[in-house]
Amino acid sequence: MKNKEPLFSAQSLKLIKNPFNKENPITVQVLGICSALAVTAKMQPAVVMAISVTVVVALSNVICSLLRNTIPPRIRIIVQLVIVSLLVILVDQVLKAFVYDVSKQLSVFVSLIVTNCIVMGRIEAFALNNKPFPSLLDGIGNGLGYGMILLVVSFVRELFGSGTLWGYKVVPEWLYAHGYANNSLMIMPPMALIVVGLIVWFHRTRNKDLCE
Amino acid sequence: MKRMLRNMFDNLNKKTAKGTKLHWLHSTVEAFESFTFVSKNTAASGAHLRDAIDMKRAMSLVIIALVPALLFGIFNVGYQHYLSCGETIKEVGFWAMFGYGLLKVVPMIVVSYVVGLGIEFAFAQRRGHEVNEGYLVTGMLIPLICPPDVPLWMLAIAVAFAVIIGKEIFGGTGMNFLNPALVARAFLFFSYPSQMSGDVVWIADKADAVSGATSLGEMMTGSVLPSSSLLDMFLGFTPGSVGETSAVAILLGAALLLITGIASWRVMLSVFVGGALMGITFNLFGTNAYMNLPFYYHFLMGGFLFGAVFMATDPVTSSQTNTGKYIYGLLIGMMAVLIRVVNPAYPEGMMLAILLMNVFAPLIDYFVVQANIRRRTNRWKANADNKEMK
Repeated sequence: MKNKEPLFSAQSLKLIKNPFNKENPITVQVLGICSALAVTAKMQPAVVMAISVTVVVALSNVICSLLRNTIPPRIRIIVQLVIVSLLVILVDQVLKAFVYDVSKQLSVFVSLIVTNCIVMGRIEAFALNNKPFPSLLDGIGNGLGYGMILLVVSFVRELFGSGTLWGYKVVPEWLYAHGYANNSLMIMPPMALIVVGLIVWFHRTRNKDLCE
Repeated sequence: MKRMLRNMFDNLNKKTAKGTKLHWLHSTVEAFESFTFVSKNTAASGAHLRDAIDMKRAMSLVIIALVPALLFGIFNVGYQHYLSCGETIKEVGFWAMFGYGLLKVVPMIVVSYVVGLGIEFAFAQRRGHEVNEGYLVTGMLIPLICPPDVPLWMLAIAVAFAVIIGKEIFGGTGMNFLNPALVARAFLFFSYPSQMSGDVVWIADKADAVSGATSLGEMMTGSVLPSSSLLDMFLGFTPGSVGETSAVAILLGAALLLITGIASWRVMLSVFVGGALMGITFNLFGTNAYMNLPFYYHFLMGGFLFGAVFMATDPVTSSQTNTGKYIYGLLIGMMAVLIRVVNPAYPEGMMLAILLMNVFAPLIDYFVVQANIRRRTNRWKANADNKEMK
């Protein structure tokens, strides 16, 4: 391309916008489902998880994109893994230092970001064929698209499963006194899958072109 | 009366005909018309077998088969309540008990039908389908497998969950791979465990002094034998879910289902064989009281019988091949007893066993069909070889 593209052209903005709708990592690409089921029982860990994943996806996309011409194709997966795990260790240490409680709740799922399909999926599908800046935008977009679903699912699950939001009680006491009870199924992972399924259902009813 | 209904439907049909403003209400009108008369849509061409049975008749027969269990269940709800208050049938009389049961059970049935049919109608309208009769049975089964003390709002949520997630998502009646009534029960069991198990819920408004544990609950806590006698358990004078307690009433229904051929005797028989086999296996090397329990107790405790007769035989969710039905039933019986005896967290293994095997039923069918294909291919090859030799 001869004439220089503006930094936030329509095309690069699309990289951020698309994951929120027609290329959502969870509901359309079906990546990162595992952690979406595991960490969404409460909103707080879900948000921390979403931020961590966004950081890891964005940075690993940039690094891999910078190295894309020097990584031998046959060993690229190993190289990508080294980069991603380095970033995940950093994120893990930061979480332990600043939000220790949440990091304890997330437990093993922070380290499992390494195996989160979104990270590897975006590197393979995008960063290895694109320049660093678009790769950064793509990483941020996908991380936030993932975070959006996490937020919705954890909102539903925390509200109906524990009667709280962000740890604060929202379901009033008199409702419990009248026989209302929290739904324990909501706290269990199967219900997260069902909530994600309902979101997919809703999403595809709105966008008919997504249906196979 | 009949003419009045006919006129009313003719009138409504005109109003909701294609192109009119009210056309979106057409499937509702259709449903009620087909419910009160017969379906007006008949095949116009081609060769057809004339048969008396259709989905509406099949479903109606299942409902009739459920009536004994329902009536006894209603009576037993009242009986258990008065018994826990220390009053016997001689003191209060049959009708007081039956009336008390009616007050408890009828609201459950009404909630189940109103919520379930409401959702079914909404989906049928939205998709432009006809409303199916499938929910008539499901809506009756759900109250029968719930404890009499279940809060009605929980029941409503469970019904909505079962109809939407268990059925409509997959395309409605005939397309669901899980039994919707059991989905509702499982939803209640996992969502509200404290309200749905233990020894409080099985007797409606029971007096505090009386333990209301079911036979299954007692076995869980380490009794040698359930405190109810075998005869009581057979007749059904025990606490439990509304329709599951009386073996006599359920067997009456089973007889009707088997005579009319609605339910598969293969499934029913093999569920019992499976349960007995597993029970006897546990007896052989029993290390605790529950393992040593004679196998026929398992048939009478909890929902084993009800599940075997009305749930496992559901033609949509069970295996379709004859050999598959034997395997499917056998595994349900074995799993039910296995879960009851081995897993202390789940007193009622029948629900989980049937749901699990519902999931596996298509796989069983697949292997049965594949085995058949292989056998016939081999036979054909053998014949072809023989001919060549000659």
